Amino acid sequence: MAEKIDTTDTEVRFEELPDAPPRRRLRLSWSGKLGVCVVAFWMAIVFVGPSISPYHEADILDEALFIVPGSDNPYPETDYQPPSGIAWLGTDYLGRDILSRTLYGARTTIGISLASTLLAYLVGVTLGIAAAVGGTVMDSTLSRFNDAILAIPSIMLALVMIAAIGSTIPILIVLTGLIYAATVFRIARSLGLDVKVSDFVEAARVRGEGLWWIITREILPNVAMPMATDFGLRFVYVILFISSLSFLGLGVQPPQSDWGSMVRENLSGLPYGAVAPLVPALAIATLTIAINLIVDDVSAHAGGRLAKRMI
Amino acid sequence: MVLLNAILRRTALGVATLFVVSVLIFIGTSILPGDVANIILGQMATPESLAALRAKLGLDEPAHVRYFIWLSDLLTGDLGFSKAGAGAGTIGTPISDMLMPRLVNTLRLATAVAVVAVPFAVTVGLLAAMYPGTKLDRAVTFTTLGLISVPEFLVATMLVLIVAVQLGWLPATAYISGQETGMKLVRALAMPALTLIIVASSQIMRMTRATVLNVMSSPYIEMAILKGVPRRRIILRHALLNAIGPIANVIALNLAYLVSGVVIVETVFAYPGLAKLMIDAVQTRDLPLVQACAMIFCATYVLLIFIADMVSILSNPRLRHPK
Repeated sequence: MAEKIDTTDTEVRFEELPDAPPRRRLRLSWSGKLGVCVVAFWMAIVFVGPSISPYHEADILDEALFIVPGSDNPYPETDYQPPSGIAWLGTDYLGRDILSRTLYGARTTIGISLASTLLAYLVGVTLGIAAAVGGTVMDSTLSRFNDAILAIPSIMLALVMIAAIGSTIPILIVLTGLIYAATVFRIARSLGLDVKVSDFVEAARVRGEGLWWIITREILPNVAMPMATDFGLRFVYVILFISSLSFLGLGVQPPQSDWGSMVRENLSGLPYGAVAPLVPALAIATLTIAINLIVDDVSAHAGGRLAKRMI
Repeated sequence: MVLLNAILRRTALGVATLFVVSVLIFIGTSILPGDVANIILGQMATPESLAALRAKLGLDEPAHVRYFIWLSDLLTGDLGFSKAGAGAGTIGTPISDMLMPRLVNTLRLATAVAVVAVPFAVTVGLLAAMYPGTKLDRAVTFTTLGLISVPEFLVATMLVLIVAVQLGWLPATAYISGQETGMKLVRALAMPALTLIIVASSQIMRMTRATVLNVMSSPYIEMAILKGVPRRRIILRHALLNAIGPIANVIALNLAYLVSGVVIVETVFAYPGLAKLMIDAVQTRDLPLVQACAMIFCATYVLLIFIADMVSILSNPRLRHPK
């Protein structure tokens, strides 16, 4: 009996490679699951938003729609209407439907932010890994240039560039992507340097593997997890950055709706208790908080366990 | 000796970075449409007068010559002239005269915020890391998560709505003429400072907690846990000392942000700081002023990061020997 157990035990042990730790499955806490649901919801809105929204984003609602209850008279003005059956979340400073503008705005805000973050990653990871595996000259040239970009406050950099070349959506994406590529570069480079000196990369090099093989098969998979958490955080920063630019009037231009500019346009209604500026602000906050909740779970999964259990 | 070498290396790196920054700023401002001669003459520009003024200002030189003239002026403390107040017979106000009051305002605000936010945030972050999973830790994690996730302009607006509009305790705008003293100054600074304290301390708190917890998962801490060292001692003697470097870095980044990244807060509260000055300069195409502001921001950043690096090196002897 006892012998039998021993053999199975040994067999299992030999099936695994001695240096490969068992893969732990990522288990989300309830807050992480909530985060996934909220992000999935907004992602769905990106695709179906314009088709389910009651009005077009630029439509100024007709005065005839708003009838004072108990009479046939329309309201004197249609701006900053409270939520009603006609406009579920009320209207903005021009009398446009807030719900429709928020649904349309999801596509603009999330689309621009996602495209910028992807661009930042494409550029940042490529150059960062290049700096890590390339020679000293390449590394120090890229790093100095990168430090310089980091030293310039990002919102100022964007400001000067937008003043010079104007603000259209493609320009916004490229600009934000390049600005944030600098931070991605730093992380990719330091992770790459860490992994480069590890034993398995040296083993691969001794085995005679090519540079491309080492980068794609040894380095990239090992930096994937920290990079994934960083991607989430970076995405949040980009959303806030784009919204801030729009808030300053330099981002997405009207009449296209975007959450940051919606807050700005409707700020004047805030003292009178209008919900108009709060809806887009809430949309930004739910999305960014949800992403952060997921990131927290993933990084807790990647981090060490003993200290958390013991203390 | 080793320490001196490390300091010299870092100083050289900082100077090199500043040099690249100055090139980038020069190129960046050169692609802005319209040059200084265009701007000074404005409506009255004729091709002849433009050419004459360009020759007088040295704008007809090739770009790299102009760059070195600008750089040597900068190094000798001559920031040049802004177009503000330019008219018949003058080329404008000296930039240093415009910068000084703004710089004082910015530094005042940044100091006020730093003095409150840094000790508060580091302490709370450390407490949260000392007792992870407790109610205090959850409250800190959740609140800071919420605060760093909402845009800054929302924090500012909500504060205005609550403190200035609903309660009427403080003015909604922070106009400063430069003559205020005592309570008046405090009242003017209060709203923007409060906003920035909230924003900056959430960042510092989160990073302090994360850094200390990160150190907590390293092998030597596990060793200390396993041999039964008390928790307080582990945190204060083992973890904190090794977390000083990263924490100093976070603080430096936040302080740099307080000088240069506060555009939103300065706009919402109409606070006359440097960032607002630069935005106005960009909008009016006041190139020399833009260049001067940008150089100040970048120099601040490089200096603060340098100081943080020094703190890391002093706190962690392993960093004194570059691999």
